[in-house]
Amino acid sequence: MRVYTTARTAFRALRRNPMRAMLTTLGIVIGVGAVIAMMEIGAGASAALKKTIASMGANVLVIRPGTASSGGVSFGAGSTTTLTPEDSQAILRECPSVRNAAPMVRARTQVVYGNRNWVPNAIYGTTPAYLDVQDWSILAEGEPFTDRDVLNGNRVCILGQSLVRELFEGVSPVGREIRIKNITFKVIGVLTPKGANMMGFDQDDVVLAPWTTIKYRVTGASLATSNQSSTAATDSVNTLSNLYPTAQRSLYPERSSVQQANNPMPVRFANIDQIMAAANSSAEIAMAIDQIGGVLRERHRIRGEEPDDFNIRDMAELTKTLSTTTALMTNLLLAVAMISLVVGGVGIMNIMLVSVTERTREIGLRMAVGARGRDILRQFLVEAVVLCLTGGAMGIVLGHGGSLLVQVLLKWPVETSPAAIATAVLVSAGVGIIFGFYPAWKASRLDPIEALRYE
Amino acid sequence: MDLITLRSIEKTYQMGDISVPVLKGISLSIRQGELVALTGSSGSGKSTLMNILGCLDHPTAGEYWLDGQEVSKLSADERALLRNRKLGFVFQSFNLLARTSAIENVAMPLSYSAENLSERQARERAAEMLVRVGLADRLEHHPSQLSGGQQQRVAIARALINRPPVLFADEPTGNLDSRTSEEVLQMFERLNTEDGITIIMVTHDPKVAGHAKRMIRMDDGVILDDAAPAGTSSKTPGDAP
Ligand SMILES: Nc1ncnc2c1ncn2[C@@H]1O[C@H](COP(=O)(O)OP(=O)(O)O)[C@@H](O)[C@H]1O
Ligand SMILES: [Mg+2]
Repeated sequence: MRVYTTARTAFRALRRNPMRAMLTTLGIVIGVGAVIAMMEIGAGASAALKKTIASMGANVLVIRPGTASSGGVSFGAGSTTTLTPEDSQAILRECPSVRNAAPMVRARTQVVYGNRNWVPNAIYGTTPAYLDVQDWSILAEGEPFTDRDVLNGNRVCILGQSLVRELFEGVSPVGREIRIKNITFKVIGVLTPKGANMMGFDQDDVVLAPWTTIKYRVTGASLATSNQSSTAATDSVNTLSNLYPTAQRSLYPERSSVQQANNPMPVRFANIDQIMAAANSSAEIAMAIDQIGGVLRERHRIRGEEPDDFNIRDMAELTKTLSTTTALMTNLLLAVAMISLVVGGVGIMNIMLVSVTERTREIGLRMAVGARGRDILRQFLVEAVVLCLTGGAMGIVLGHGGSLLVQVLLKWPVETSPAAIATAVLVSAGVGIIFGFYPAWKASRLDPIEALRYE
Repeated sequence: MDLITLRSIEKTYQMGDISVPVLKGISLSIRQGELVALTGSSGSGKSTLMNILGCLDHPTAGEYWLDGQEVSKLSADERALLRNRKLGFVFQSFNLLARTSAIENVAMPLSYSAENLSERQARERAAEMLVRVGLADRLEHHPSQLSGGQQQRVAIARALINRPPVLFADEPTGNLDSRTSEEVLQMFERLNTEDGITIIMVTHDPKVAGHAKRMIRMDDGVILDDAAPAGTSSKTPGDAP
């Protein structure tokens, strides 16, 4: 009742000079508006970031050959120096924290359909596990290829949305045939759209095929010459090699059939560019890294102090860096917005001081009819808070409208945050109390006789 | 019993090094139900005395008994409470809140009372008061839409809203023409006789003082004389100084 009456009195007092009240509160309106807009845009950015990270595969670990082997250094006969599909299987088999693992080979070359052609960001040779690792198992159309396709090196592929757009102009490609380096692939499925990842890499601009097919048919490496790590990877970035698509740089002379017969290769293995593994949960990422490291060191016969010939990266670090950057930007802008709130608060204080001076007689009168110092203090404080809260409410509308406008016009992701609104209400009330206190205190200290006599 | 008793009240203002005595030993008593006029030349200390009587100020020395309570040493908050409950004020310059309706002006002191009336009760009480001062048809008028006499009647209604036993008026007709002055004075007389409200008003107009049953004349901080004004029969005047 008391508070209600005081608030009503405050509203009446402010209504006596609505124009001034509006102008006074403008600083708060702008400040709160800026805070709301910043928080909504910031929340939108971090939500988008989370979505992007999720689209890159949650809890994904990337295992790549280490520098020790990437230069093509041979570790001698019989030692598996680089990553192999068997490593991938071993990881899946022996690491309890790993949900799934997929070997991958990459190629970057032209894809042709009819009279159209396109060079996708990446042509990945992998196993069906890749789709599970990337949380991409549900296809937009068709079927994924199977482990049998991988085993047989079947010429089937799945296309990303960008390729469908570029090559097929939106027509369903399932059942059609495309050519990659003059090898015909049957399209059996279309991936769901994922959009660009946080580095701006179009994740839909991709072709997925059995790794055996890509490895042995597209990059053209034979088993014997593929012993050098990263051949495919190197080729994939060297555009010159596209001039001579099937040319191989082989470090060792081809073995003759006699040599083959006399001295058969003890281990038949194919190196791959990387292994992608998914941990069971984000909490198990560290454990998974440990387990994978152990398995690979054992398989690669790395003893004691010797450095790894592979490295394992998880997305967490990248994610952390990116979200730290986003948070930093948001906080910076928030700080600027807060400063404008403080400026708005100073404006409130200024006008409240003027108001106290102007209404000295009113204060004297109120004291004469029984208002105590603290009643006057409360009245002016409530007036300042009402002013700020009104400004805050308008600021919330303005800020929200602003962020919606940003969303519509700039296509920035924006997220309405109840926390931001609650903060804005609290902050504007706080500004009212902090900056309204001094004027209210001054008013409460007036002497009733002098106040009544004030001209 | 006396409602108000002053014993050697002194008030001295300190202006830097020099002290200015304004009230130099005022003693008087006023009974319940009296209508007292306080007259004297300008600067004689009437307003200063009224401020002390109205508990807006405290005396430098002396005792002030109001309704059986020594109030000269009360704290500011205690005096505020007393003003709210027991005293009403009417000022020369009305002191109404601008751009605020008559009824809200009248209800204003209720927000500082301990009674805690609801908004509706407060408005009802205020409307009742305005009816009593003859402004039943002016409830929603703002001060700027009222004549001086009407404004002063709103101020009287405001002074009476907490049903105080005493009403102080410092030159209540000072800003009014003679006809409206007469109206306001008749209202005072009526409040005094019908409701038994003790009224103490400052005036330097003998015609105005003529409405009172008792006239106290002041000069330079002391009481010159204290008697029923000429031509008026009154009840027993208060104790002579
Ligand atoms: N706050 C004050 N400080 C100093 N002197 C004052 C103050 N208030 C009143 N006075 C002096 O007290 C004297 C009486 O003033 P006042 O009571 O207002 O006279 P009246 O109301 O009878 O005209 C005047 O001489 C005035 O100058
Ligand atoms: Mg005076």
